[in-house]
Amino acid sequence: MTQSNIQPTYTEQVEMLRLMQTIRRFEERASADFLSGDIYGVVHCYIGEEAVAVGVCSALTRRDQIISTHRGHGHCIAKGADLNRMMAELYGREGGYCKGKGGSMHIADFDIGMLGANGIVAGGLSIITGAGLAAQMRGGDDVAVCFFGDGASNAGPFHESINIAAQWKLPVIYVCENNLWAVNTPASATVALPDVAARAAGYGIPGIIVDGNDVLAVAEAAHVAVERARSGQGPTLIECKTYRHRRHTEKATQPDLRPQAEIDKWIADDPIPRHIATLQRDGLDDATLAQLNAEVEASIAASVEFAKASPFPTLASALDDVFAD
Amino acid sequence: MRELSYAAAAMEAFAEEMRRDATVFHMSTDAPDPLLKEFGASRVRATPIAEGALTGMAIGAAGSGLRPIVDWRMVTFSFVAMDQVVNQASKIHYMFGGQTKFPILYRASVGGGTRRAAQHSQSPYSMFMNLAGLKIILPSTPYDVKGLLKTAIRDNNPVISFESDRLMASTGPVPDEEYTIPFGQADIKREGADITIVALAWLVHEALAAAETLAGEGISVEVIDPRTLVPMDVTTIRASVRKTGRLLVADEAGPTAGASAEIATLVTEDPATFKALKAPVKRVCALQVPIPYTPSLEDHVFPDRHKIAAGVRELMQT
Repeated sequence: MTQSNIQPTYTEQVEMLRLMQTIRRFEERASADFLSGDIYGVVHCYIGEEAVAVGVCSALTRRDQIISTHRGHGHCIAKGADLNRMMAELYGREGGYCKGKGGSMHIADFDIGMLGANGIVAGGLSIITGAGLAAQMRGGDDVAVCFFGDGASNAGPFHESINIAAQWKLPVIYVCENNLWAVNTPASATVALPDVAARAAGYGIPGIIVDGNDVLAVAEAAHVAVERARSGQGPTLIECKTYRHRRHTEKATQPDLRPQAEIDKWIADDPIPRHIATLQRDGLDDATLAQLNAEVEASIAASVEFAKASPFPTLASALDDVFAD
Repeated sequence: MRELSYAAAAMEAFAEEMRRDATVFHMSTDAPDPLLKEFGASRVRATPIAEGALTGMAIGAAGSGLRPIVDWRMVTFSFVAMDQVVNQASKIHYMFGGQTKFPILYRASVGGGTRRAAQHSQSPYSMFMNLAGLKIILPSTPYDVKGLLKTAIRDNNPVISFESDRLMASTGPVPDEEYTIPFGQADIKREGADITIVALAWLVHEALAAAETLAGEGISVEVIDPRTLVPMDVTTIRASVRKTGRLLVADEAGPTAGASAEIATLVTEDPATFKALKAPVKRVCALQVPIPYTPSLEDHVFPDRHKIAAGVRELMQT
């Protein structure tokens, strides 16, 4: 792998911690409010995988675009989405990103280049490839990033999209979050190779394997891939080895067939304490950490207050936005 | 007025809109030569045979400010892209709260009569009508296809244009000057007093031929072409049926849950129009079978002018 010269500053690294903590606290609150009945449907938590979204998005500008999955809160927050509008959407309120019509699996913010969470595994791969095509046709150096899982890497859109992006040298970075399980089926039983990244060879593009629980390693790999894309050299496939700490969804009856020893091993490798330890070696003191955590808690509490204060959408709004004007 | 073929009129619509708006671009397996020559390989892209990817890429490009045209070629090939049509394109504006527009034109040929058997002889527009969030056009003449395609390219939503294989080589008058045709405006192709035929695509022409024959028998037939299936011009159709008191719907697709069923229901569920009916609504559609290959069988399963005329005579006797 080419070494990147871009090393995040200490301040930027502290901001990475803030974002990772924000994702975690947001989802802990979302899970609690789902179980208490204030959030409906389904909630998929990204907890344990925060370093991937935060590391990758640290290499992006506001103009760059991303697309997400059903497990999308982390990507939204890492790209700069507004917590209030996110929580209001989970609460099904008018003030939510989708005016209460999308919920957890469909949060999007096109103003910050977040083209949406997506309830279909592999559903976002071709959409973001089209965004990459638009970026290339516009000129300039914007890039597009696709977050997807090990499950999506087995589906047809993965092949079709990466083949086109490689052939047309589109500025797209394909980030596989390999959390080792597709619901309750291990990736080892469905992915024909041990590493998804090895598939990059089939498209003649770089395939990079990264420790997905090391936010700085993810950031560095993303910087290299983003620079490659910005300079017109085409796409990169980055496989981030990571793990979800929780079951597939937050539903109380959701079965979890993963071995407890495996779960424990990965929780011991939690990306947030790892990053805190790195920062502490560089001088982060307890008071600063406590203040950061308090600010994160306050922002989550404020988002819940905002959500609760926002009205439910009017029934007449059911007919709005079927078509654009 | 000059005459153009249906296929050439469609291509003229694309060329005019690409000249007018630099954000319009075209993706298909095999790039159309006249467009490629004029606009170059960046805006007229020859793609891999990967309709699923193209269909999804159009969504991403549209959400990023472009106006993609994706030619699926035959509707047959749209089915490998159904996830992107059903789960993404039709719903994305609504489920994201209307925050961004997705101006996309998907294009596909439909219909039979080409001896290409079941997979390449399909008219499945009602499957797409069933999805909220898609606009659907089904033009029957060179004039209509050009004007409707220009409107489709300027529309801020995903639009599917279904274009009849049987009509591609047909010719008709197309003016030199600029025009567009608004969606949701049916065209009364022939005025009449005794019965309304709502006919779709190729069957507009078969209905007109039947009307000519029936005129010789003293039956005055009104032929209506909805031109767009979503939105559907229910006002014009109901007004015609209230005038004539009889309705026959002619469709090259099978009847089950088809556009013909939708049109029949839109007429009969309206109390004033229902009261005006002097006979049951009749549908003249394809048999509900996959389309067979051998000519005698294929011709047998499709409706035509003779079956339409027979249906009209039957209704006139009730």
